[in-house]
Amino acid sequence: MFKPGKKINFNSAKDLPPTPASVGDMTHNFTGSWRNLRPIIDYEKCIDCMICWKFCPEPAIFIEKERPKIDYYFCKGCGICVTECPVKCIAFEEEGK
Amino acid sequence: MKKVLMGNHAISIGATLSRVQVIAAYPITPQTQVVEKLSEIVANGELDAEFIKVESEHSAMAASIGAAAAGARAFTATSAQGLLLMHEVLHWASRARLPIVMANINRALAPGWTIWTDQNDSLSQRDTGWIQLYASDNQEVLDSLIIAYKVAEQLSLPVMVILDAFVLSHTYEPVEVPEQSEVDKFLPPFNPEWKLDVNNPHAFGGLTAPNIYMEFQYNHHNAMLKAKELINKEGEAFGKIFGRTYGNIDKYKTDDADYILLTSGTLARTSNIVVDSYREKGIKLGNLRVRTFRPFPTEEIYDALKKAKKVFVVDRNLSYGHSGIFFEETKASLYNSDLDIPIFGFVTGLGGRDVTPELITEIVEHGIKSEKPENDVIWMGVQK
Ligand code: SF4
Ligand code: SF4
Repeated sequence: MFKPGKKINFNSAKDLPPTPASVGDMTHNFTGSWRNLRPIIDYEKCIDCMICWKFCPEPAIFIEKERPKIDYYFCKGCGICVTECPVKCIAFEEEGK
Repeated sequence: MKKVLMGNHAISIGATLSRVQVIAAYPITPQTQVVEKLSEIVANGELDAEFIKVESEHSAMAASIGAAAAGARAFTATSAQGLLLMHEVLHWASRARLPIVMANINRALAPGWTIWTDQNDSLSQRDTGWIQLYASDNQEVLDSLIIAYKVAEQLSLPVMVILDAFVLSHTYEPVEVPEQSEVDKFLPPFNPEWKLDVNNPHAFGGLTAPNIYMEFQYNHHNAMLKAKELINKEGEAFGKIFGRTYGNIDKYKTDDADYILLTSGTLARTSNIVVDSYREKGIKLGNLRVRTFRPFPTEEIYDALKKAKKVFVVDRNLSYGHSGIFFEETKASLYNSDLDIPIFGFVTGLGGRDVTPELITEIVEHGIKSEKPENDVIWMGVQK
């Protein structure tokens, strides 16, 4: 779902650009591993209002075929979408269950 | 063409000849004419540059950072409290490795409110990762700006060109203004490999984790060390075209000297007069002017001082509770060498108090007659 940026590999100081550029490209930093709680959309109840898409700070919610879709590689599990969903169709489940 | 120029206008003309593309500056005494003149030059269409009026010095540096990151040759100028307000973004400019050139007019810090010269404003920026060049006349001010861009852009490092308030900023001197075509031959257009570019997007200055942060510092430091060579190399290349050569240090009769004054800025010119008067009396005095303060030219200073019996550092600045700053740096950088001679640290001329040839003579007399410095700070010209 994510489009990775250009990955710059380095093994020593010699490989680095002068300015700290792109080295910390966040598309290679899967922040989804930080998550304790996983938001899960109940598509039966979802009204496709895209409020969750608008509020997700990451942004880890994408629109696919007119429907919201959570990118679990990057979703940190902050729960903002859970709170903001007007029909309360996003459930929070503990990871690892 | 020879012109009679105040130091401030020498800066404006130096920046114009360097074909700067973005100027973001906030006026402050004694720098105001730098900005006035440049705004006039841009308004008249003599220079194709964006002139950004900003609301503070912090913004002036921030705008310069944005401009340089986008690949434009950026210029700004400030002084004293203005430089202090920039402090946070000075670090940003150098750590982002942006070759911004800035002129700083050395003005003492308040309170007591003051506009006259001393070096505490720029020396307080010692560890910001900027190259610092201290000029001693208006010709050097103009020339240094052009050389500064040449050095800055090769190393991706920002450069501060520094001059004394009023003694240079408002004093008119004859200055040879180089031809634009000659300057263009010396200084090619700025075309950085890494820049903000919509066609080749990158994230700049993002989260830099402990696994690579240190490598950036290592590279920055090595670039600074490289600057020692490059400042000499480009200073010589400049000399080949324009007939005026510059380097990290400027030696005046030091080669056979028993006693050497170590000075910077305009104090060096006053000291040269004193050197001549001692030479007439048969006393071998010399004067070593340190032009590059960062990177610190340790090796060249060692070479210049190695045959001397005593060194008299004259500081127009002070690190409270320790000593004059050039004194501190000179002493520290020679500590692990085989040089074991007394180094005296004189503090004088703070807040623009005149440093006359008589005062420099008093310094030399004091140094010659004392076996060792009695203190890390020897105050000169203070009414105790
Ligand atoms: S939990 Fe937070 S990060 Fe994850 S999708 Fe919802 S709003 Fe985005
Ligand atoms: S906020 Fe709730 S209802 Fe609206 S699109 Fe997101 S999940 Fe569906």
